[in-house]
Amino acid sequence: MVPLSYYLVLSGFLFACGVAGFLIKRNIITIFMSIELMLNGVNLSFVAFAAHWHSLAGQVFVFFVMVVAAAETAVGLAIIIAVYRTRETLNVDQVNLLKL
Amino acid sequence: MSIHLLLFLAFGAVCVAGAINLLAQTHPINSALSLIAVMAALAGEYLLLGAEFVAAVQVIVYAGAIMVLFVFTIMLLNAGVEERTTGSRVAVLFGIPGMLLGSILVGWVVLRHSGTEAVRAGALPGDPRTLGQLLFHEFLLPFEITSVLILIAIMGAVVLASKPPTSPAGKVD
Repeated sequence: MVPLSYYLVLSGFLFACGVAGFLIKRNIITIFMSIELMLNGVNLSFVAFAAHWHSLAGQVFVFFVMVVAAAETAVGLAIIIAVYRTRETLNVDQVNLLKL
Repeated sequence: MSIHLLLFLAFGAVCVAGAINLLAQTHPINSALSLIAVMAALAGEYLLLGAEFVAAVQVIVYAGAIMVLFVFTIMLLNAGVEERTTGSRVAVLFGIPGMLLGSILVGWVVLRHSGTEAVRAGALPGDPRTLGQLLFHEFLLPFEITSVLILIAIMGAVVLASKPPTSPAGKVD
């Protein structure tokens, strides 16, 4: 039997890695993947608490998080493709104008 | 040491190694592959928690669909090795110690104050039948709103990623 706190520590570590990647990465696709890592950390918390409180609502919320992540990925990657088409770079430091 | 704890530690080690590797690699395709490893190991953690349907969906949707989309985009844009710029030095100086400090603090607080109630695997029915009944009765309204969100996302992705007609400046793609 694994204590709940172990799952929470792992989930917090994954979230912290996502935040650090979001801050230190310069490639816009890798920054996007860091966001996915954060969402995965949150999902682990949801499932762990669902098992802890004997409530299935936590598992249902994981599906909503996944759906939002999928929608976000589709739109975000389309935006990245549009940015690359006009700026010809994936470096966020060179994408410094609000217009395409 | 029970088999559950051993499995948790094994999957957790893969998760931690993959997350650190995502930060350490400079080529986006390597980061994407380590993220796939993290997601697959997380599916194992979900199985340990008794959420078998969530684990299956994690593998199919996250490690399958979403990450294939990422890899596809990386190959489409021919993304090369990440260029280091001076702007990221401040972020490295504050980001990595902040992350370490934050994880140590959170880990210490959680481990110290949360007691040691164990999560019992299989105590909660995580099968598709029960989940579907919950999803289509209690969570029907959020489910329907999510479908609208997906529809908007599809239309937005098509509009954003479609090739623009020849720009007014006469530049041809």
